[in-house]
Amino acid sequence: MRILIPGIAGTMGQLVAKDLADKGHEVSGIDRRRWADAPSNIEVHNVDIRKRAAEETFRKVKPEVVIHMATVSHFAAQGEERYRINLGGTRAVFDHCVRYGAAHCIFIGRHTYYGAAADSPLYHSEDEPPMGLESFPELADLVSADLYAGSALWRFPALTTTVMRMCYTLGPTGHGTLATFLRGHSVPTILGFDPLFQFMHERDVVKSIALAVEKKPRGVFNVSGPQPVPLSVLARETGRRQIPLPEFVFVRSLGRFGLPKIPRGALNHIKYSIVMDSNAFRQATGFSHEVDEVQAMHEYKAAFPSVREAG
Amino acid sequence: MSTAEEVAESLRHVDIPFNRFGVDPFGISRRHLRFAFSFLGFFYRHYFRVRLHDLDNIPKRGRAMLVGNHSGGVALDAAMVMCSLLLDMQPPRLAHSMVEKFLNTVPLLSQWTNRCGQFTGLPEHAVKLLEDERLLLVFPEGARGTAKLYRERHSLVDFGSGFMRLALQTHAPIVPFAFLGGGEAIPTVYNAYALGRAFGAPYVPVTPYLFALPLPVRLDIVYGEPMHFDGDGGEDDEVIFERVNQVKDAIAGLIERGRQIRRGKNDHQVLTP
Repeated sequence: MRILIPGIAGTMGQLVAKDLADKGHEVSGIDRRRWADAPSNIEVHNVDIRKRAAEETFRKVKPEVVIHMATVSHFAAQGEERYRINLGGTRAVFDHCVRYGAAHCIFIGRHTYYGAAADSPLYHSEDEPPMGLESFPELADLVSADLYAGSALWRFPALTTTVMRMCYTLGPTGHGTLATFLRGHSVPTILGFDPLFQFMHERDVVKSIALAVEKKPRGVFNVSGPQPVPLSVLARETGRRQIPLPEFVFVRSLGRFGLPKIPRGALNHIKYSIVMDSNAFRQATGFSHEVDEVQAMHEYKAAFPSVREAG
Repeated sequence: MSTAEEVAESLRHVDIPFNRFGVDPFGISRRHLRFAFSFLGFFYRHYFRVRLHDLDNIPKRGRAMLVGNHSGGVALDAAMVMCSLLLDMQPPRLAHSMVEKFLNTVPLLSQWTNRCGQFTGLPEHAVKLLEDERLLLVFPEGARGTAKLYRERHSLVDFGSGFMRLALQTHAPIVPFAFLGGGEAIPTVYNAYALGRAFGAPYVPVTPYLFALPLPVRLDIVYGEPMHFDGDGGEDDEVIFERVNQVKDAIAGLIERGRQIRRGKNDHQVLTP
């Protein structure tokens, strides 16, 4: 199949592209970032998804399947730029899919759609509305992009649309928000809270996307791997030292003493769990994870030993 | 065997799929359960010397909803029911109660309630747990039930109907039970609602000796026979309330039986620790 991947130069984009190319698909991608050592059988177009040159790529490639991975989180871009990338980019991808005859578009979204709150249920199902925007407005662009992608299901009935809400990634590439949060040798947590974290190994992320390409499930799907683990276990098993701080100390320390500068709303994500039920995706595609939670944590630990252990 | 050893033994046989870290898919932790039930178990065995009646009525496996009356100004009733299932049932079972939302916002309480399988009272949680063939502990009187004063201790306030719709939707049998003695253990004479609101709680119970510290009063739990209802949870309110009243009547009957037992009459099938 001819597959086009907007956002191909990101860590997960590269892994997905290589996997699909190895499976014999004709893979190309769009990204503003360069992929210096891209394999020769993968064509990378260094253009902005929102610009005319990207449309030209769609026209030339005429992809059968599009995997839209060109969204960014609040860590990667700020304010208005993030809105333009996430919403403008998503609109452009769907418009081009329809105009140039793609049969299937896969939108890669995030589990943060559901938001983290004291009264949010464990094991979210796909039909739940996004409830976290009040406390974490920085997520609004990603949530809107997710809902906009989902609207393609009724706006473009001839296009098969798959919206995948992925849980955190954890593995040896160190890619993703969770891996970044765990990078230091100490992990700050909020005293008295120990939320569950749901994550999957990169290999399983790639496997789930490849299965979506193959099985073409239509709809919105939560995608997760092994069972979630408490943050305290996650810190321990990745060789980090957990530093529980009272919330008022934590808030005043953000951006200081080596702590990341994160929005206040992100605090809920280390107080409360976001855990999804991914049975619908497993049933629609036959997906099952290959790497359990223990192996994922230990592979991350081996790739990113804590400073103490490395020293 | 000490209570701590007894709890450790029960947790070896409890029907929870712990992973190699001793954590199940809901985040329930064997280590936290051992600590919590060793503490609560002391009160269950030695302080309140809880007596159980007809414990055999609780299914040994599979989903069920335990529905009972509130007794005592704090969650003493739930804790003692959970102890009875974990420490005296064979095989031991863990009951999941649905807790007030504010508990999940309080540091440490949030961590401990979640690790011990006591989740925020949401219909989604109830359905998930029942579909996972677990035991759900429900007090349909809600916070109005724990707010009963000493003189109202044997009464039942209005029942909510949500539990009946959940039972029908998930095809879960309802096991009614009566909890007796909580009102004597924590003899609430006044509820300070304004003070409660200041802490984010519904109210703070006040006893003649001011604090809601429980007295060493013997407690009784009477379990009734499982009740099965047909339906899908989408029935009209009248149908649902008629069934809710059947459960309420069953619990009222069990309370009356418990009162007779406590007065020394009809002391039948008593399991005394």
